[in-house]
Amino acid sequence: MTVADELIEAVGVEGRISSPADAFREIGEPLAVDRPEGPVDRAWANHLLGLELVNPANRRTFTVIVVGTGLAGAGCAATLGELGYNVDVFTYHDSSRRAHSVAAQGGINAAKAYKADGDSVERFFRDTVRGGDFRARETDAHRMAELSVRLIDHFVALGTPFAREYGGGLATRSFGGVQVSRTFYARSQTGQQVQLAGHQALQRQVAAGTCHLHTRSEVLDIIVHEGVAVGVVTRDLVTGAITPHTAHAVVLATGGYANVYYTSTLAKASNVTATWRAHRRGAMFANPSFVQFHPTALPIDGEWQSKSTLMSESLRNDGRVWVPTQPGDGRQPGDIPEHERDYYLERMYPAYGNLAPRDVSSRAAKLQLDAGRGVGPLRNGVYLDFADAIARLGNGVIDERYGNLFKLYEEATGENPRKRPMRIAPGPHFSMGGLWVDYDLMSSLPGLFVGGEASFAVHGANRLGANSLLSASADGWFVLPFTIANYLAPQLGSAPLPLDHPAVLATVAEATERIERLLHTGGATRPDVFHRQLGRILALQCGVTRSAEHLTAAITDIRTLREGFWNDVNVIGDGEHVNQELERAGRIADFLDLGELMCIDALDRDESCGAHFRVEHQTAAGEAQRDDDRWCSISAWEHDAAGGVPRRHSEPLEFSAIPLVTRSYR
Amino acid sequence: MNITLEVWRQVTPDSAGGFVTYTVADATPEMSLLELLDRLNADLVDHRIEPIAFEHDCREGICGCCGVLVDGVAHGPALNTPTCQQHLRSFVDGATIRLAPMGAAAYPVIRDLMIDRSALDRIIAAGGFVSTPTGSAPEANSIPIAKELADRAMDDAACIGCGACVAACPNASAQLFVGAKVSQLARLPQGQPERRARARSMAAAAALDFGACSDVGACRDACPAGISMDVIAALNREVLRASWSRR
Ligand SMILES: Cc1cc2nc3c(=O)[nH]c(=O)nc-3n(C[C@H](O)[C@H](O)[C@H](O)COP(=O)(O)OP(=O)(O)OC[C@H]3O[C@@H](n4cnc5c(N)ncnc54)[C@H](O)[C@@H]3O)c2cc1C
Repeated sequence: MTVADELIEAVGVEGRISSPADAFREIGEPLAVDRPEGPVDRAWANHLLGLELVNPANRRTFTVIVVGTGLAGAGCAATLGELGYNVDVFTYHDSSRRAHSVAAQGGINAAKAYKADGDSVERFFRDTVRGGDFRARETDAHRMAELSVRLIDHFVALGTPFAREYGGGLATRSFGGVQVSRTFYARSQTGQQVQLAGHQALQRQVAAGTCHLHTRSEVLDIIVHEGVAVGVVTRDLVTGAITPHTAHAVVLATGGYANVYYTSTLAKASNVTATWRAHRRGAMFANPSFVQFHPTALPIDGEWQSKSTLMSESLRNDGRVWVPTQPGDGRQPGDIPEHERDYYLERMYPAYGNLAPRDVSSRAAKLQLDAGRGVGPLRNGVYLDFADAIARLGNGVIDERYGNLFKLYEEATGENPRKRPMRIAPGPHFSMGGLWVDYDLMSSLPGLFVGGEASFAVHGANRLGANSLLSASADGWFVLPFTIANYLAPQLGSAPLPLDHPAVLATVAEATERIERLLHTGGATRPDVFHRQLGRILALQCGVTRSAEHLTAAITDIRTLREGFWNDVNVIGDGEHVNQELERAGRIADFLDLGELMCIDALDRDESCGAHFRVEHQTAAGEAQRDDDRWCSISAWEHDAAGGVPRRHSEPLEFSAIPLVTRSYR
Repeated sequence: MNITLEVWRQVTPDSAGGFVTYTVADATPEMSLLELLDRLNADLVDHRIEPIAFEHDCREGICGCCGVLVDGVAHGPALNTPTCQQHLRSFVDGATIRLAPMGAAAYPVIRDLMIDRSALDRIIAAGGFVSTPTGSAPEANSIPIAKELADRAMDDAACIGCGACVAACPNASAQLFVGAKVSQLARLPQGQPERRARARSMAAAAALDFGACSDVGACRDACPAGISMDVIAALNREVLRASWSRR
């Protein structure tokens, strides 16, 4: 009997099925169901009543560290500052305005029900849970839906110029595979506009002296004392100075990790370091393998292309997706006659057609690419064709709808989508996985709170379009300020750990040592080379589709790659000046660790759900087949500090408001 | 394509800098200027030369991190386009391109092509916001805003904070940046209560670090967000009105 088997028998959660993951992980104690008492729709209101408060006069005696100034971080910091707490805010960017939230285009959902289309908080909640393929907590999803209403009010009050109807009311549109119109937007710059609202509110607190903003400061580690998170260690990206900061609570709002795939729709600097370091210090990492691939990203055409830029989902409203029926067809798209084209989304999903949800569309594209029917110089894309829409509606209407996007595409590729179909491909886009948190958004490391994409939160195994600006904002503005107060209240009268405390000094020493190690491997290979290889391994073996065989191979490949990295990485320059190679190398080192855990998680989760598609588990029609008997749970991974394999804990999910059903888009 | 690059190299804010010439023999027309720098940097590192430091992040023209002077022009030859969206298609094979940091007294060089633009955030901190505490907002549709007004506020709000307006301006004036925020919030009902104070304090904060506007219009040509010079007129108007009022 293996250790894992013994554990299985001891806790009796899994039955006795042996798994190819046995060699790579242990199974730990199951976690308790994390769910406040009472009915789902009263959960947050009831919970709030039970939270402790901090007297206004006492707030300034508390210091809170907030890492990140995206929607989650800026909202949380600005609100805490406004309430009178003393807040230390960190970002590796040069300004709080630049966080990657700024790049979101499509919009932000809210159950305002401004149209007579049957929307409500309840319906929004259901869409979210179903969209996430029943792998998110009901209570957390419900809270997000509830808070969405006040959040739009708040952004409007802050001066966010959302689109309006002629009558002066807010405009909405339908987005991402739902049948109601609940997406609020500001042209194609919604993320930018809500990000600026947060940035401005934060700058107001900087001027008021409540928030102390440390720009160009990268958090390298979390300081833990007696099992509690009490601070962070940062590196000044200009001077290289490594400095500890302590506080009564720490918030990580550090964004998503889809850049682990090297090219993604994310900004180049987005990384996993802060949450990964926290994981190594005791915070559990939930569902790391749950990553959404966006079906309308740009294919990678050459070695030096920076990223797979996202082309908005809205293009699929009028564009038709197709590939040549013949594999390897090298003809120009215009030379391929109608009967030799496969409009595969329309064929496979007649009810939704080109608007099938993201995970479904990405998978369908992958099927075509794998069958050799890809298009473009590297045969890694599919066509998105506007010819029919232009014939039907005219160039004028199409330009009005998509002019901006066509310009972006033309700038990036040099091709005119009015004359030649766009080429698109699935691109890594959003990480549903992240640090495990409880209903208060506190990680398993007490004192460490997590908000926004950095946590695993409400999106289950697949995020609905326009739900992420919402969840990040709701966490930051309307959840964390309450739950953090509750955590701080009993600490009244205590001071943050002194900076000369041995626990602080030890963490600083470790962070310094790691930097030194990176600078002095004496190797010959650029950090980026390792990142590219990691990306390739993950994209092929832990991407849109996964299999036990591929995942097992990927784990070995990543381990070899990591060893190569630490022996042979060449980080040029020193630690005392701006050193972007050093910054990259540190982030890649953590991506290498994360990549392995993603594969282990994907191998372990022996079912398909949402964006996690194990080829072994599909219906006769080729759709994801969940296994609710064995996998209706969150996988929360514990790092083994002694160097052993990671330990997986399962948190059971309970569905009382929405019956478990199979998603269908046929 | 064969491209020669003359790039400003400077190790620290206080050290002396100068142009250094490099060539990239395998450039392609699809490459952006930043991808060209990536390509060059890979070569430099392989030859154990420290790579060129430059700022960038989203690479799709919205984060405002990137921005260099390309042959003396802020962001590059294509008008109203950030550096990350400037492609080598705009250059001929064999071209020599000179890349320098976006210089201005208020933008000290940090390293190579990286500059410090924190003076722009100080202007926002001086009043570029609406002081609504979290949780106190009224129902969003209780205050109707005409579509046209909202659209124009959005035009102003589109600023990406890259700071190219300052680099393009012979006076190193930040009035396009300041005007964009002042104008956006002055248009909206939510911006009214603090309208006068905002204009006054943001203009005062800008005057500490940046020059005055003399209506040259170079900022408008450089601005990747297409901010109109109307916002400068609006700013002047708002500041004048504020000077008559005590609020
Ligand atoms: C191209 C694109 C389009 C999108 N469009 C939409 C959309 O239309 N609707 C929608 O709902 N969602 C969309 N999303 C998703 C959504 O934008 C993000 O999930 C969300 O904005 C994340 O916000 P955040 O606050 O969690 O993190 P971010 O905005 O990524 O902020 C992270 C912050 O943490 C800081 N940070 C990170 N690590 C460290 C460290 N170690 N030290 C110091 N600071 C650190 C960064 O500097 C930054 O300030 C889109 C995403 C992409 C990539």
